[in-house]
Amino acid sequence: MHVELYERIWMVLAAVMIAGFLAVMISSSVAHAVHPPSHVETIDPAAVAADPDFSRPRVEVRQDGSALVVGTAEMYAFKPETVRVPRGKSVTFRLTSPDVIHGYQVVGTNANAMILPGYVTQFTTVFPRAGEYLLACNEYCGLAHHLMQGKVIVEEPRPGGQLAPGQQAAPRGPRHGAEHGAEHGAEHADKEARQ
Amino acid sequence: MIHAMTISAGAPAAGVPAVEAFEERAAATARRHRLEVCHFAVAVAAFGLGAVMGVTQSLSRAGFAVPFRNEAVYYVSMTAHGVLMAIVFTTFFIMGLGYLLLRETLGRIALEGLAWASWWIAVIGTAMTAAAILSGSSTVLYTFYPPLKAHWSFYLGATLVVAGSWGFCAAVIASYRAFRRANPGRPVPLAVHGILTTVIIWLLATAGLAVEDLTMLLPWSFGLVEKIDPLIARTWFWWFGHPLVYFWLLPAYVIWYTILPRVAGGRLYSDQIARAVFVMFILFSTPVGFHHQFADPGIGSGWKLAHTVGTYIIIFPSLVTAFTVIASLETAGRLKGARGLFDWIGKLPWSDPLFASIALAMLTFAIGGFGGAINAAYAMNSMVHNTAFIQGHFHLTVGTAVALTFLGTCYWLLPRLLGRELRFRRLAQWQPYLWFAGMMMFSLTNHITGLEGMPRRLFAVDYQGAAVARQWQGLTAVSAAGGVVLFVSSLCFLVVVIATAFRGRRIEPPPIELAVPLGAPPATRNVWERFGLWSAVAVVLIVAAYAYPIYHLYAMHRFGSVGYQPF
Repeated sequence: MHVELYERIWMVLAAVMIAGFLAVMISSSVAHAVHPPSHVETIDPAAVAADPDFSRPRVEVRQDGSALVVGTAEMYAFKPETVRVPRGKSVTFRLTSPDVIHGYQVVGTNANAMILPGYVTQFTTVFPRAGEYLLACNEYCGLAHHLMQGKVIVEEPRPGGQLAPGQQAAPRGPRHGAEHGAEHGAEHADKEARQ
Repeated sequence: MIHAMTISAGAPAAGVPAVEAFEERAAATARRHRLEVCHFAVAVAAFGLGAVMGVTQSLSRAGFAVPFRNEAVYYVSMTAHGVLMAIVFTTFFIMGLGYLLLRETLGRIALEGLAWASWWIAVIGTAMTAAAILSGSSTVLYTFYPPLKAHWSFYLGATLVVAGSWGFCAAVIASYRAFRRANPGRPVPLAVHGILTTVIIWLLATAGLAVEDLTMLLPWSFGLVEKIDPLIARTWFWWFGHPLVYFWLLPAYVIWYTILPRVAGGRLYSDQIARAVFVMFILFSTPVGFHHQFADPGIGSGWKLAHTVGTYIIIFPSLVTAFTVIASLETAGRLKGARGLFDWIGKLPWSDPLFASIALAMLTFAIGGFGGAINAAYAMNSMVHNTAFIQGHFHLTVGTAVALTFLGTCYWLLPRLLGRELRFRRLAQWQPYLWFAGMMMFSLTNHITGLEGMPRRLFAVDYQGAAVARQWQGLTAVSAAGGVVLFVSSLCFLVVVIATAFRGRRIEPPPIELAVPLGAPPATRNVWERFGLWSAVAVVLIVAAYAYPIYHLYAMHRFGSVGYQPF
């Protein structure tokens, strides 16, 4: 096929640009383990309220100062509604929904994930700046969707990674059918998208 | 029928009074194009209704006290706006355009009876879905993600619209095959090449929607099964949802390649490149859906990355299109005597409604395209996912690149299909510029608030006084003002179309002439005509991209979800 010179130049430039974009994305995802939330784990949405893990929405701060947030998004509230997490430490969120699909967006950060009933969303991020962030649902979930909000308060880490009052470590409840390996997923997720 | 067109362009036969002759020919033209006109009529009606929904939403979201402002009305109107604009307006326009191009370039439409039956099926489906939405029983938005549960008539109506569109696909394929039989070894006209490509993409896309509809949504909404898996439903939906974009876009490209250069007074820069572009879309439109599900659980990151690669490859044919179409316009300027580097731009017919519409549509698409590359960026997506950035983006792409092209094409079609002179031509000249201005106000502000983290699909944006939400208020008001400008533009369009269709002066129907390429295209079929082969390769790519992740989803131990109707 005959292609004019200028058009050939344009095509080469277009291909180079696209290849450049892809190279940046693939190399950053491989080298820095930057991935969108992609944890694979299922749960019965009808049993979330009775689940030993998700029935206790909470923030746990581990010995190394990192934090684990366990909670739910449901019509029309986040549990916990106020999430206190340490600045500059890795924070892992484990979330699910007992009803419809919700979004979990910490406005102004890259913490942005879908919460599907029947699935556990898990991702890890780091909040580099202290402050109070709006936690918003960003998937239409019913007429009060616009009222579904919470707060994420990023604060200076407590010395020695001590647990704040009322924050205790708890055993994980049994999970169902995470054939793709919840453990592998969690390990992998610990290196996920950083702010 | 091609002969009728040729004659109609010529002088009236001797001895017949000229006035009567062209009035008769105008009426005959309208009769001959009834099928197309009926499709365009539904498209315009859906557009008009959708425009009313659009402006009330943008005002309501910004807090203006529009009548009946409440959450239920807002989300009903959002569902209706999405379905009417993105599905009904586009699909009916595309089907009408497809039939017209078949009739004009091939001489006839095979299976025209089926085409009429399909029109009825799609109209009945549209009415069912519209009734379900307006009754308030199906406020599930146009993405209808379960476990939000609509009334069964919503899903059944949508299924009928798709069934009707399959009748269109059958007519296109049958017409193409008839052409092949009658013209062995000859390449198909470029316009038909593009329409056939559109049809192939639509069949590949709607296969996913059909699985979601027939195996999940319909049985669930009829009460035959209690539970539904939200993730599997989303996966089938986005199998459909991304190639849907190209189902909208490719007919616009067909217009850019085959009608625009002619209207501008130039030549099509390269017929062969246009065909190669269409083939690339067949290959890469569908195996890319996970870039809409980056933030979903349950799908491994490796597969999401794989779909990212496909998504970026599909940018390439659009970039090539940009070159070919702009180069074609340059030929128009040069033919009119332009000599300098850029003075050909000024020689283009900026006061022609079709030309202005498409030129502004292309300009908008350039912005929308780069926004799309951000959405599809594997990690950057987290910054914009489900924010106002997304609605800002698709109002530039489908809402302007596609919609404004279709609106502008209506001005070109009206005299040719109905044999009537455009009324209120001045309104038609201003309408695309108003649309462009309104859309920039609406869309750019949504891009900005989206980058600032404002979620999409919000009845109100104040978040009960949250500090971060305060910075969104002003821009949301600007976007509402943009919505008003868009509505004024829509009214201009509707006034011109309705006045022309019913009160336009009868004229000699202008001929329907398509662009002539620079340099003769090959006289025989070449590799870009191998539709069977390219479709097979497309299926292989889809299987590679989807087979394992979908198998894995079905094989997982899952629980399903009951339906909810929080509206």
